[in-house]
Parts: sequence; C-alpha cells; structure tokens
Amino acid sequence: MLKPRIIAAAILILGILIGYAVYVSEPKLAGGSDLPLSDSLSKFPFKLGLDLSGGTRLVYKADVSQVASGEVGDSLDALRDVVERRVNLFGVTEPIVQLEEGSALGGASGEKRLIVELPGITDAVAAAKMIGETPVLEFKTERPDSARKSAIVAAWEAFQKTGAQSPLLSEDPYYVDTGLTGRFLKRAIVGFDQTTGEPRVSLEWSEEGTALFGKITKENINKTIAIYLDGAPISTPVVREEISNGRAEITGNFTPQEAKQLVGRLNSGALPVPIALLGTQVIGAPLGEKALNDGVYAGFVGLLAIAIFLIAWYRLPGLIAVLALSIYVALMLLAFKLISVTLTAAAIAGFILSVGMAVDANILIAERTKEELRRGKGIKDSIAEGFSRAWSSIRDSNISSIITGVILFWFGTSLIEGFALTFVLGVLVSMFSAITVTRTFLYALGITERNKLTSFLFSSGFHKN
Amino acid sequence: MFIVNHRKIFFAVSIALAALGIFSMIYFGFNTGIDFKGGSIIEVEYAGARPDVGAIAEALKKDFPDSHVQTSGVKGVFVKTRDLSAAEHTKLLQELSLDGKSKLTEKQFNSIGPTIGKELRSKAWYAIIAVILGIVLFIAFAFRKVSEPISSWKYGLITLVALTHDIIIPAGLFAFLGKEVNSLFVVALLSILGISVHDKIVVFDRVRENLRLKLFSDFSQTVGESLKQTFTRSVNTSLTILIVLGALWYFGPASTKDFALLLFTGVAIGTYSSVFFASPLLVTLERLQKR
Repeated sequence: MLKPRIIAAAILILGILIGYAVYVSEPKLAGGSDLPLSDSLSKFPFKLGLDLSGGTRLVYKADVSQVASGEVGDSLDALRDVVERRVNLFGVTEPIVQLEEGSALGGASGEKRLIVELPGITDAVAAAKMIGETPVLEFKTERPDSARKSAIVAAWEAFQKTGAQSPLLSEDPYYVDTGLTGRFLKRAIVGFDQTTGEPRVSLEWSEEGTALFGKITKENINKTIAIYLDGAPISTPVVREEISNGRAEITGNFTPQEAKQLVGRLNSGALPVPIALLGTQVIGAPLGEKALNDGVYAGFVGLLAIAIFLIAWYRLPGLIAVLALSIYVALMLLAFKLISVTLTAAAIAGFILSVGMAVDANILIAERTKEELRRGKGIKDSIAEGFSRAWSSIRDSNISSIITGVILFWFGTSLIEGFALTFVLGVLVSMFSAITVTRTFLYALGITERNKLTSFLFSSGFHKN
Repeated sequence: MFIVNHRKIFFAVSIALAALGIFSMIYFGFNTGIDFKGGSIIEVEYAGARPDVGAIAEALKKDFPDSHVQTSGVKGVFVKTRDLSAAEHTKLLQELSLDGKSKLTEKQFNSIGPTIGKELRSKAWYAIIAVILGIVLFIAFAFRKVSEPISSWKYGLITLVALTHDIIIPAGLFAFLGKEVNSLFVVALLSILGISVHDKIVVFDRVRENLRLKLFSDFSQTVGESLKQTFTRSVNTSLTILIVLGALWYFGPASTKDFALLLFTGVAIGTYSSVFFASPLLVTLERLQKR
C-alpha cells in the first residue's frame, strides 16, 4: 500500500513543479515578480506562430533555371544565407528563413521556394523591399557576331519601331552571361579615384570567383565587359589585361551616397538566384494578440467545464481524472516550451483535440471499472480489471490517432504540420497520463472496502450507488 | 436491442443525410478560400469614420476590377481581390485610403499565388484519402484475429463507409451555409476522422471482446449488447469534446470559429454513426454473408 502512495505523491509533486515551472517562465503570468527560477526559466518562452504574434510571411519562388543542376542545392543554401543576413540587418527578433520544395502532388514539382517569416513586422511592402531589393550583380561579356546576334538586334529594332513582340526580346543583343555573379563576391568596399575623386566600388572575389574572373578577363582583352546590377548595365569597362588577383572595380556615375549604399547591399550578399514573390501574409499584432487571448480563454473555459462534468458524473474517479488531466496539460505546456513547438491557431486546435482523447481514456477506464463493480467485484479488483479491459480500446484508438497524425505530418503544409505535431504529441502524452497517472492515483487511494460511501464515490451519473 | 432491430430506419436516416450532404456540395458548391484558389484578402481599419463602402469600391474599380469590398466591425473593411505583388499591395492601400484622405492601418493581408493554392488544394485531398486508407488498413490489422462471423477487413470496410459518411455531412453543411473552405476546413475534416474512428474502435473493440468471451449466441445480440455497454462512454466522451468545441466556438478566436462549428457537427455525426450506422452495419453484413 505504501509504494503506490509514494509514487502517487511523487507524481503529484512533480506535476505541481511542472505547473509552477510553466507559470513562472511566462513573464506575463508571473508579472515580473521575483519568484525563484523565473529568470532561468523565462529563457523558454512559448513560441507563437505569426497568426498569434502578428507579423509578415513572404513566400518566394527561387528561379534556378540558370543554375547548373549540380549546383542548385548550393546556390539555394547561399540564397537562404543571404536573405537571412539581410533580414538580420533589420533587427527582427527570431526571423525564420527556410527553403521549401514545391510538392509533386500539387503539380509544382521541384519548384524551389523560400519562406521568410518576420514576427513583429507588419509592413509587408517594406519587408518585401528589404528582401527583394538585394542587388543581382552580373558580369557579362560581348556577344560575338553571329546570325543569332543579328536576329536579336533585328527583333529589338522591330520592337522599338512597331512594338512587335518576339521571344528574342528576352535576350540582350550585345552581351552574354558568363556565370560570374554576386555569388562569387567575397566583399565590396567604397573607394575614391586618386585623381578625379570620383567614388567607385571595389570588389574582391572569392577563390572561385577569382579563377572565373581571371579566365574571363584573359579571354576578353581589349573587349568590354558589362556589369549589370538588377538587370540593368551600370558600367562597361574595357579589359586591358588578365586580372588574376581577384579584384575588380566598378566606376559608374555614383554619388558617394549611392556607392556606400551599393556596397552595403553587396556585402550583405548579392542574391545568387533571382526570386519572385508568390504569396504574402500579414497579421496585425492586435489581431494576433486577440486571437491568442481568445484561444487561451476558450481552452480554459473548456477545461473547467470538462472538470466540472467529470467530477459531477464520475465522482471520485472523475476527480482523479481531473488531476491526471491537469498534470497532462502541464506536461504538454512544458513540452511546447522545451522543444519549442510553434503555436499557431491550428496547433492549439490539435492540442485541444488531444485533450479530448485524454479525457476519453479516463472515461473508458471509469466506465469499465463501474461495470466490474456492478458485477459485484471488490473495488480494488474492479479497478485492476477496468484498466486491463479498457486498455485495448485505448491502445487501438490512439494508434489510429497517431497514424492519422503521422500521415498529416508527411503530407502536410505548415499549417497542417503544426496541427499534427501537437496532436501526436498530445496523444502520446495522454496515453502516459491516462495509464500511469490515473492508475497510480486510484491505487494510492487504497480503497478496498465496499460500503455505502465508497460505492457512492465509485458510482456515476444519476445512480445513488 | 432496439438500434440493431430497427437498423433500417437509421440506415435510411444516414443515407438521407449523406445524400443531402452530397446534393448540397454539388448544388451550392464550395466557397473556396484564397489559400486554395489564389487571390488576396486585406483588412484595414480607418482611424476616423469609415468612408462610404460604395466610394471605396468606386476608388478600387479601375485598378482592381475584380475586388469585392465588405465592412468589418465599426471602422474597418475587408477587400478580396486577385493575388497582388508588393507594388500592387502598396497601390491598393493607397486607394483604400482614398489617396491619403482617410488614414488607415492594415490589420491583415494575405496574398497567395495560384500555384500555391493549387498545391494546397491537391495536398488536402491526398491527406484526407491517405488518412482514411491508413485508418482502414490499421483496423483490418487490429481486428485480424477476429474472423468469425465476419472477417476483419469487413470492419475496415465499414469504417471506410462510416468515415466517408461522417465527413460528407459536415462538408455538405458547410457548402449549404456558404462558409469558407480553406486549410483549416481540411484540418477540421481530418480531426473529425480522428475522433470518429476513436468511437468506432471502442465499439468494435467491445464486439471483439464479447465475441471472444462467447457471451451471446447470436451476432446481432452481441453487437446490440456491445452497443449498450459502450453507449454511456460514447455519449460522455462526445459530450466532453462538444463542450470544448462549444467553448472554442463561443469564446475562441474569430479565425477558428468556423473550424469549431464544423468539428462540432462532425463529432456529433461521428458519434451518431458509430452507434446507429457503423455497428448495425456489422449485423447487416453478417446477414448478407449467411445468405
């Protein structure tokens, strides 16, 4: 008898400690009071999704059609790093920059996407600007005279005269791509011309870029190289000799201000691949906060109502179920903090649903126990039998829930993934709480004798005993 | 057992409801949200008095001919239009403020390109189908030791039919009410599947146990008794879930109100179908087999 009681007491204390930890780790709840541990625990805040915290989510399509297939992965990683740096320049807390691939299921197979989430930023236009305006720097060489060149030139002339459209218009008649882009830049600095005092931008290539630039200059001595920024030529210097030290200079008609700005943008990284905005989502902070408060309030009211119902209907086992559920909720909240689950409206819905599953397990156990009692068994035997009989139902129904959750996670979009994660986590934890916690508590009560009072306590609904 | 004996009445009810659901989906069609078809939606709130909605619509007519303006709250409006680039977004805000005459703040903006919409839509379909199949296969597996009088894959088959029934009805209701069908709608349908299958497993598990214990001579009596034994649990579990959903619907965030309503209907229908549709169907299948 002593052993279950010690375990039960331990679980109860642990549950209270967990509840306390969750409470003090939320500055909003603990209200800046200096409760023990609140400082160290506040490092684990709830991570709110954009729909609850307010912010901007941008979805870009990365155009990798110009990248050799073997280098797609690298250039996408580079793209992510660059955008991340750019976003960090603006001092957003906990931005998310991630790559995603279009799903084959949606007919957009292999489409490369970049997702940017900016909590707290609600000016999407400015946000898109600060990401999208990163310069695309390209070095191009002269297009050799050929039939194709004449065709493109002719197409352009026709367009200027009559506005005639042609697929050839997408090509530059005079210059061709070399593959040397801002991707190969190590850094850029502002300099001033010794004699004229004109500002210029000095570029330093990476190792790979140095080799490429050396090769290009070697092959194009006495020809021009066009330097393109964001698709427009800014300078077309003539190559005098092979440059193998990995340095280049751009002298456009910069003002000192423009040169400085360009250097800043280049240093935060030129976009290695062009991107196009596919989707924007902005949630105003007050809207998110209201959604969060309403969600928490609804969850609280729902739990309270369940607690009242369980105690009123199932009496003593009901009270124990409520205790087990409270520990379950505290455990889940702690898990959300520790593994930093992103809480969105859908994730909270998944959690609330898993509470339903946790209640179900307790109801199943209480019902089976009651049935055994009705057959005239002793209280202790009834509890034991109730558990073992209820177990197959609990096991199978929860396995099916887990299957559902895993499939959802597999197929899911980020919204559905959030739901699936909290749901599966909830189902797993609820199985533990229903079986371990509820059982230990019931045994720890140590009620073996069957009399009027105990029969009443273990009975349910409108029955007196 | 009353339910088993009068199962034809309940089958008729279920078939009628499902038929209504299908009819409603075809006749009314779904009010697809922008995350499934692409497009954008913006909500703004004016600092001062809200300009006349007609005037706002007039201001947008030239650049956003397909826009649809709706009031929101006391001082705000909702506008739905095609998906917008950053520049178009700025322009829309400018025009909504009547060229700066009415100051406003943007409460939310969501723009989704058509490819993403298409992808989300087809993913949703695949997810629903995969979940149903996964559940059915699991049930056939979990009941593999039960072969008398009907084999385990038939439990799976019945679950398949019942689960389809359980999502058709709420989906039909949503089509009828003209509620928006978006990603959350799909999450709700998937949750309904999850809860509803819980219910079915609990009843089937009882049938399995009673068959093993050989308490009753007749299969229809076995099913009937199993229903009786699990009835209180079915009702109470549903009740607790319905309480939570009711709270979520009444007190919860505006964005999940429709979600809660859909789930509420689905859980009610799912519980109904476990007791009045899926379980009696076991008896019918057994009778058919005997012939």
